[in-house]
Amino acid sequence: MADALNGNRSILVVGSGMSGLSAALEAAEAGFQVYMVEKEPYLGGRVARMNKYFPKLCPPNCGLEINFRRIKSNSNIRFFTMAEVTKVEGEAGSFDVTVAMKPRYVNEKCTACGACAEAATTTIPNTFNAGLDTVKAAYLPHEFAYPMRYVVAPQVIGTEEAEKIKAACPFDAIDLGMQEQTFDLKVGAVIWATGWKPYDAEKIPYYGFGKNKNVITNVMMERLASPSGPTGGVIQRPSDGAVVKNIAFIQCAGSRDENHLPYCSSICCLASLKQSTYLLDADPEAKATIFYIDIRALGKYEDFFVKAQANERLTLIKGKAGEITEDPQTGAVTVQVEDQSTGKILKQQFDLVVLATGMVPTASGDKAPAEVAYDDNGFILAEQATSGLIGAGCARRPSDVATSVQDATAAALKAIQATFRR
Amino acid sequence: MEKKMGVYICTGCGIGDALDVEALAKVASGEFKAPVCKQHPFLCSPEGVAAIKADIDGDGVNAVVIAACSNRVMADVFNFGPDKLVERVNLREQVIWSHPANDEDTQMMAEDQLRMGCTKMNDMQPPEPFQGENLSKRILVVGGGITGITAAKEAAKAGYETVLVEKSDQLGGYMKNVFKLPPTQPPYDEIKETGLEAMVEELNGLSGAKVYTNAQVAKISGAPCMFDVEIQQNGNTATERVGAIVLATGSEPYDASKLTNYGYGSLPDVIAAPQLEAMFKSGSVTRPSNGETVGSAAFILCAGSRDPEHLPYCSAACCVESLKQAKYFKDENPSTPVYIFYKDIRANGNYELLYKQLQKDGVTFVRGTVTGIEDDGSGAMVVSAEDVLTGSPIMSESVDLVVLATGMVPTSALGEPYKAQAPKEGEEKAETPADTILVSNLLNLQYRQGPEVPGLKYGYPDSHFVCFPYESRRTGIYPAGSVRAPMDYGRCAVDAAGAALKAIQCVELTSQGKAVHPRAGDMSYPEFFMQRCTQCKRCTEECPFGAINEDEKGNPLPNPTRCRRCGVCMGACPERIISFKNYSVGMIGNVIKSINVPDEYDEKPRIVVLACENDAYPALDMAGIRRLSYNPWVRIIPVRCLGSMNLVWIADALSKGIDGILLLGCKHGDDYQCHFVKGSELANIRMTKVQETLNRLVLEADRVRLEQLSITDYTKLPELLDSFSERLAELGPNPYKGY
Repeated sequence: MADALNGNRSILVVGSGMSGLSAALEAAEAGFQVYMVEKEPYLGGRVARMNKYFPKLCPPNCGLEINFRRIKSNSNIRFFTMAEVTKVEGEAGSFDVTVAMKPRYVNEKCTACGACAEAATTTIPNTFNAGLDTVKAAYLPHEFAYPMRYVVAPQVIGTEEAEKIKAACPFDAIDLGMQEQTFDLKVGAVIWATGWKPYDAEKIPYYGFGKNKNVITNVMMERLASPSGPTGGVIQRPSDGAVVKNIAFIQCAGSRDENHLPYCSSICCLASLKQSTYLLDADPEAKATIFYIDIRALGKYEDFFVKAQANERLTLIKGKAGEITEDPQTGAVTVQVEDQSTGKILKQQFDLVVLATGMVPTASGDKAPAEVAYDDNGFILAEQATSGLIGAGCARRPSDVATSVQDATAAALKAIQATFRR
Repeated sequence: MEKKMGVYICTGCGIGDALDVEALAKVASGEFKAPVCKQHPFLCSPEGVAAIKADIDGDGVNAVVIAACSNRVMADVFNFGPDKLVERVNLREQVIWSHPANDEDTQMMAEDQLRMGCTKMNDMQPPEPFQGENLSKRILVVGGGITGITAAKEAAKAGYETVLVEKSDQLGGYMKNVFKLPPTQPPYDEIKETGLEAMVEELNGLSGAKVYTNAQVAKISGAPCMFDVEIQQNGNTATERVGAIVLATGSEPYDASKLTNYGYGSLPDVIAAPQLEAMFKSGSVTRPSNGETVGSAAFILCAGSRDPEHLPYCSAACCVESLKQAKYFKDENPSTPVYIFYKDIRANGNYELLYKQLQKDGVTFVRGTVTGIEDDGSGAMVVSAEDVLTGSPIMSESVDLVVLATGMVPTSALGEPYKAQAPKEGEEKAETPADTILVSNLLNLQYRQGPEVPGLKYGYPDSHFVCFPYESRRTGIYPAGSVRAPMDYGRCAVDAAGAALKAIQCVELTSQGKAVHPRAGDMSYPEFFMQRCTQCKRCTEECPFGAINEDEKGNPLPNPTRCRRCGVCMGACPERIISFKNYSVGMIGNVIKSINVPDEYDEKPRIVVLACENDAYPALDMAGIRRLSYNPWVRIIPVRCLGSMNLVWIADALSKGIDGILLLGCKHGDDYQCHFVKGSELANIRMTKVQETLNRLVLEADRVRLEQLSITDYTKLPELLDSFSERLAELGPNPYKGY
């Protein structure tokens, strides 16, 4: 018990996506004190925004629910949302950490009754739904949000509306005077589980993302197919809301390309095979085409690939898509591609085109505020000059969910070892 | 424990506006004679919690019933310490948010939910953690390859004693014959040293790490923290007590002699990848046929993998392994012609950069299915292939050596199927589909269900859970490395460290009498009232984790530290002799009996919903959060797992006049989502028995329905609940009302 109270034996986990949650829980259930810092107002990171996992096509909320219950029943974990680590100094066994927490404008008295949202009139883009719809300025980030607590958007702070929102709360849970807070922690090891972001598809000019309305990214597709998404799970064309009957997936949109991301993002092949089922399973008439270079379905994932191929409504074409254009009148999207097996140039039309954009480590843009070494692409290296600074999951290399959990569990052990070094 | 019940009704979040709280309070203080019954406008506020604490401290309340929101929220707020019992009655999400305010039926629903909560509290006792004797926190690692060495080393470095058992005379496993490894560091385009010697040296230098070589695990009996391991070494038997086990026995290369279509066995210069590796390791790379140096080579990928005739799965490492071996040739002599025949080049992540490098190095990549390998007459060979899509023929130049990139077979898949004990005369045949257990001579567990960890598809003792990859079907035994799933060296090492932590976690939790995943920290465990046992063996057969052994007479021998606390045994037992302190057949039976059933002339049917607490129950909450409405006849009872459903509950409900019973469990079948592996499937199998109960009572089969529901299916719930209610309306009221 003395150990648990000793800050030097505790572990900081930065990020609470699948890797961060797993690292934190695995360490906490082994008896160590863990702090978890998450920049969003809810835990779960990117997996919370996914519709289904491959290969089981099961909902991510199922595993998240178990993980949140593990947190609720474990007093070793403390977490901070809307918070970011701003400074880490020291060495294994003795790090001084500063955390900055943005104001939520809602305190712990919130019961999630929803009265504040009813009082709000302003709407803001819904980042949870990849900006595909809007939410009220007082909002619950999503239905399964943990902690289940509302947020007041900074956009309305200082307005009359904010006062109305405050007045609507029967529990005095709205605190409009909340300020950014900073506080210090003493920990023995830090796990960077800061995850990934999709490659910016606008950097691939010939795919016309941003210009062509019916060209979306695979991240947007997850929300579009989700029952809790902007369309209630109906896959529609963004341009006119028409139901999608014929969809295409463009693999390696940015990945395996020296002008963009030289590495393979590891998950996009399976993600597109999975996403094709979103449409094919929902609509017995619908068709899907995947343009690919290699289908990288490793290990038992091969079964998922074989099963997908058995569907006659799925066409696989080996070839890297060249240009994508959209007819402004009809909204139809044309994909031009050289079929590598025949050498022919194909031009095919679709209702919706999904770019399988690759994975970029979050840290490639926002470097960790610590002496952490990266490779050229921003992935955290396994070997660090300062032991006790440990990368996990997609912050370290592109990985799927199960591999991220595996990596995070290993990172938790490394962190535990680091807390001994003193 | 002598209980003093306090019932606290929150009137916040609209509860007070929607319900007659005075009438609710009368249920608690009148029907249940709760000595303390209070209302609060904001129970989760510091003032509300302080009021409860004041009653606990001042008035001796130790059994707290909170009638407010769902137990999914405010769990930390309403926690009064391990010696205080807490039961949550969900009035918010599942009553007022899904049903009209100030309505007679909504009120009846709330009152019943409170009755059910108070009944549960009456029947509940605080769990007392199981404490075994002579507990060990040591970790056994079986297998001394890269995975085993890493697991032992990493656990030891975290302060845990380890025991490693390796069958050969040296540590290293497959790595012993490996020349170099693919890159794991920038710039990711060069191969690197294996570092095996340093790893072995580091392990040998760790004080807490004991190593047995030339050794075999002959027998493992016991349970987590109490495993007794018999190790045979050079004719002697050593015994070790350990707490948890990492299974790191790795894989074997696929038997190349089965690949006659590639000329293996008939053409001497067709070899398998491990042979080439050994050649480079020895420093002598020559053609087996004539001992001359190899001037050109062709690699055939997926030799035996991704092939329904051989291994249907992808072996995950062979593409990169072949790239690495091609690099050996190119590094030695850049002008050596090298061909790689492939289906897809699976160089994931940064291995892509190695692939790029080899393209620059001039390796010829041919995408095609190899159709034949023939002697060209001069002693060299020609590889012919067919383009994957067009079927057009492709042919290589003559090559000196053909290398088959054979895949990997887990050591767990090598062995004959275990024959479960045949039923004795007069015994019923087991209805539960048994797990696949092969006698692979790795662990030799003294478990009633078989001697090894059950294998999933292709014999891998893997986890079926995307989110929880280390969950094997045997508590405290964590498979890692290429025995768990096909993987390369780098992933094996990471996997080993992860499995080592899971083992550490298991010994830490178990030594405190706590359960491991998914009910981590749960201190309740099943107790058996043996006097009434009829030796039917259902509990021993049905436990998804093989936790229960059996004596010769067929009596169950529980192993509480193997138990995951799902309650499947409790559901299986026809004599109802298995109970947890805070969860039992009698308790849920009483909860069902506490429901107020109006007589048939009231036209107010009653439906009992037994909902899996992991998925169906949160989905019901979500319906509330979305303010979706459904009929007010349902009475929701969360269960640990639908597999804990005992058939007597159905009889209890029907004989009391309940009109229908809806069982909401997780998906079962190939892509099952049940957190206890087989719970929902077992419930489904038990449904066939329900028919007998219904026949006996002369009731319609449709009165009991099982539905598979995932956590995100909440939008389907109103339709699901209401269609069931409509069907019951067609059947008419249960004739047992009023009895």
